[in-house]
Amino acid sequence: MSYHIEVTVNGERHAADVEARLPLVYFLRETLGLTGTHIGCDTTTCGACTVIVDGKPVKSCTMFAVQADGCRVETVEGLATESGLHPLQQAFWDNHGLQCGYCTPGMLMAAKALLSRNPSPSEAEIRQAISGNICRCTGYQNIVKAIQQAAEELAGTAASSAAGA
Amino acid sequence: MITAPFEYAAPKSLKEALALLRGGGSDRKVLAGGQSLIPMMRFRLAAPSMLIDITRIPELGVFEEEDGYLRIGAIITHGQMECSPMIKDRYPLLFTTASVVADPIVRQRGTLCGALVHADPAGDWGAALIAARAEVVISSQSGERRMPVDEFLVDTFTTALTEDEVLKEVRVPVPSARTGGNYQKIERKVGDFATAGVAACVTVDDKGAIAQVGIGLCAAGPISRRAVSAERRLMGNTLDDAAIAAAGAQAAAEAEPVADTRGPVDYKRDMFRVLTIRALRATRTIVEGRR
Repeated sequence: MSYHIEVTVNGERHAADVEARLPLVYFLRETLGLTGTHIGCDTTTCGACTVIVDGKPVKSCTMFAVQADGCRVETVEGLATESGLHPLQQAFWDNHGLQCGYCTPGMLMAAKALLSRNPSPSEAEIRQAISGNICRCTGYQNIVKAIQQAAEELAGTAASSAAGA
Repeated sequence: MITAPFEYAAPKSLKEALALLRGGGSDRKVLAGGQSLIPMMRFRLAAPSMLIDITRIPELGVFEEEDGYLRIGAIITHGQMECSPMIKDRYPLLFTTASVVADPIVRQRGTLCGALVHADPAGDWGAALIAARAEVVISSQSGERRMPVDEFLVDTFTTALTEDEVLKEVRVPVPSARTGGNYQKIERKVGDFATAGVAACVTVDDKGAIAQVGIGLCAAGPISRRAVSAERRLMGNTLDDAAIAAAGAQAAAEAEPVADTRGPVDYKRDMFRVLTIRALRATRTIVEGRR
């Protein structure tokens, strides 16, 4: 039995008929071809598959696509624009915030959700916010630095656009 | 692993959900946040024939104080609890619990009621809600019934819910001006099951004597439990170091932890002593600030 869903992913509306048991991450990767979101543990532990659903970070292996009917989903593919990388992506690049890169899409989305809720987090708040995302390469130091840089960058952008307005 | 196939329904009212549940037997499961149920289904430890998604039922989103109780509806997430200024300011026990359940991302979808229904022996909310003397409101087509959390939690992964019932909400007594509380847990890493967890909730009278006390333990046996003799040791006393130390020893004696990869029994038992002392000291700081 299949279920008709409509999901907005990175601003684009998608309609599909899915089996109820299809996890959201498989819908993103296999139905929509958005392979930027990675599958790690597949059991809610590692956070590699973190995406943002209606503004909240979610481990997309632990949500069925049918549950996302009518929702807005943001994935790593939605971060960069034609004018370049998102400040978080640039900051991960600048600070060597990744080695193998497997956890990176999840880290970026967890960080994006944090910064939209708390634009100037403390180091402790950053470490807490990514504590559900496992990185086996970096030891987290440079990921934390990258999120700090992005927070400053985004705060600066927000300030200058406020000044311009 | 992909789950076994199942049917999915997302009713818009509790009435509709209860009708779907009735007659389905244990084959039909209620889905809220799914942060325990979906992993169980993916490990094929659970294979329900139908999931009834209750997250689109507005009446289950109740989250307000009414008639001396804080009502926490079935779809309120740990994250909503953690981010609520009301919880942070007035319910220190619930706040300290909500902040350490699972990990920060799981908390965005997982619900308090769902965690309670899951009835994991290491579940944080079992201990906290026992200490807070909360009660549950259970709904079925034949009406509603209420009971204390102590009675609701029957055994490992087993509650008092029958197959055609839904946990509609949890009700926590609104704390008095002289009530404090705290939750302490030891975990190997964020997101792991508690190695030991202790919740405390204390109300003192105008002279500082303990008028009401709740001590809840998790990972201390087949299901979260009340540390009855620790509570008895405290009643009527002041929250001084001697009473706190004695209550810690009582809680350790009452706990029935099992040896596993998180540690041997003697270590865990001693952690119940330590965590009880820490939770009561933190509670004392709050109560003294409020007197």
